[in-house]
Amino acid sequence: MLKNRIIPCLDVKNGRVVKGINFVDLKDAGDPVEQAKIYSDSGADEICFLDITASNENRDTIYDVVKKTSKKCFVPLTVGGGVRSVDDINKLLNCGADKVSINTAAVQNAKVVEDSSRKFGSQCIVVAIDAKINNDGWEIFTHGGRNSTGINALEFASKMEKCGAGELLVTSMDKDGTQSGYDIELMKKISTMVNIPVIASGGVGTLDHLVDGINSGASAVLAASIFHYGTYSISEAKQYLASKDIPVRI
Amino acid sequence: MNVTIVDYNSGNISSVINSFTEVAKDKVNIEITSDLNKIKSSDKVVLPGQGSFKSCVDALNNINGLVDTLNEFATNNKKPLLGICVGLQMFADIGYEETETKGLGWISGKVSKIDNKNGKYKLPHIGWNQINIVKDSKIFKDIENNSHMYFVHSYEFIPEDKNVISATIDYSSNIVCSVEKENIFGTQFHPEKSDKTGLKIIDNFISL
Repeated sequence: MLKNRIIPCLDVKNGRVVKGINFVDLKDAGDPVEQAKIYSDSGADEICFLDITASNENRDTIYDVVKKTSKKCFVPLTVGGGVRSVDDINKLLNCGADKVSINTAAVQNAKVVEDSSRKFGSQCIVVAIDAKINNDGWEIFTHGGRNSTGINALEFASKMEKCGAGELLVTSMDKDGTQSGYDIELMKKISTMVNIPVIASGGVGTLDHLVDGINSGASAVLAASIFHYGTYSISEAKQYLASKDIPVRI
Repeated sequence: MNVTIVDYNSGNISSVINSFTEVAKDKVNIEITSDLNKIKSSDKVVLPGQGSFKSCVDALNNINGLVDTLNEFATNNKKPLLGICVGLQMFADIGYEETETKGLGWISGKVSKIDNKNGKYKLPHIGWNQINIVKDSKIFKDIENNSHMYFVHSYEFIPEDKNVISATIDYSSNIVCSVEKENIFGTQFHPEKSDKTGLKIIDNFISL
C-alpha cells in the first residue's frame, strides 16, 4: 500500500535556514545540510528546500546547499524558489535535487512546465501554487506571495496537470504561518479535481492538522514550523497519524 | 572492482552517483561514463533511467555502439547489471509511453501505463510503498519482506515469464517492482532514494 508522506520544509535564505511568519519576520536558525540530515535520519519521507528570497537575490548559495545535502541524505529532495527556466531546473537536478518546484515561472510561462517535464520527466516537476481566498474562490499569487495575478487557483491547477506537472504543492497564503490548520476546502477541491498527487501546505500547528490534511485528499503533508522549532518530531507525527489509521512509513 | 554507472543523458543521475559513492567508500571504484571500453572492462554495470521510456531508449541509441556494448555485457558475457526505474523498464521488448518503442528485449514483456481505475489512483505513483518479496533475489539479502521503498513512475513492466519477478507492490493491482533473471537485476523503485534499506540493496549489488 502506498503510504502518505510527511515532508518537512526548510526555508532557506543565503544558505541558512529561516522560517517566515506570513512570508516576513524571518529568524536565522540553522544549517540546512545538518537540518536535512536530522530530518532524514528521523524518518522524513522527503525533504523540501524553499529558497525564499531567491526571486530577487543572488541564489548561487542554494546550489552549494543542495550539493552538500544530496551527498548525505538518501531520501528524495525537492528544491524550489526562484526557479525561472529549464536551465535553472537542469542546474538544480545536476546538483542532486530529485524534484524541482516551480511557482512564478509556471504562472508567467506554462511552457517552462511543458518543456521541463518533457525533458526531465514529470516525476521531477512540482508546481507550487500559492493561493488566497477571494470573492469567487481562490486566487494565485507569485513572487513568494507578493504579487496578485487574478488567476483562479482551481483553473490553474488543472492547467498545470495538463502541462505535465508531476505533483502540485498547494499552499494556502491565508493559513501560512497561522498554525491554525490547512485550508481544507482548498485541498479537497484541488485533490478531487486533479489526478496527480497533491501536497498540502501552509498552516500546520498541531498533529491533528496533519491528519486533516491527509483526510482532505492530499497524498502528502508539508510542514515547517512544528518540526523546525521542535514542537513535534517527525516520528511523533508519524506515530500519531498511524494511531488515526492513516498509512505512513514507520 | 569497477562498477560503471552508464551516463547516457537519461536525466538526473546525481542521486544514483551519490548513493553508490556512499556505499562503495574505498572498496569499489565507481565510474560514471558512456565510454564503451570502460563499460566493457567493468565488473558491474548500473543502468539508470528517468523521463519517458522513449526518451531513454532514444538516448541509448544516440550513443554509437552503446546498445551493442550493453548487450554483449549483459547477455553474452553475463556480467551483473542493475537497471533502475526506466533502466529496468527498458529490459522489455516494447514500451508504450509517448509512442510504441522497442526496448532492449532482455526480458520478454511490455511496459504499459498503470491502470488508475478511473482516477481512483493518482499517477504518477509517487512515494513509499511496501514491497512484497515473491522470490529470493541476491539483491534482497538481509532485506525484510514489506520493506518500504521509494517509487515515482506511471508505467509498469509486465514480463511474460512471471518467474523473473522478485517483488511486487500493491497499487491498483499487483505491480512488478523488482526482477532477477540470471545476471540481470532491475528495480522499479529507487534504491538510491530509499534510505538505509535502499543503500543496503545497492550494497548487495556491489557485493555480488
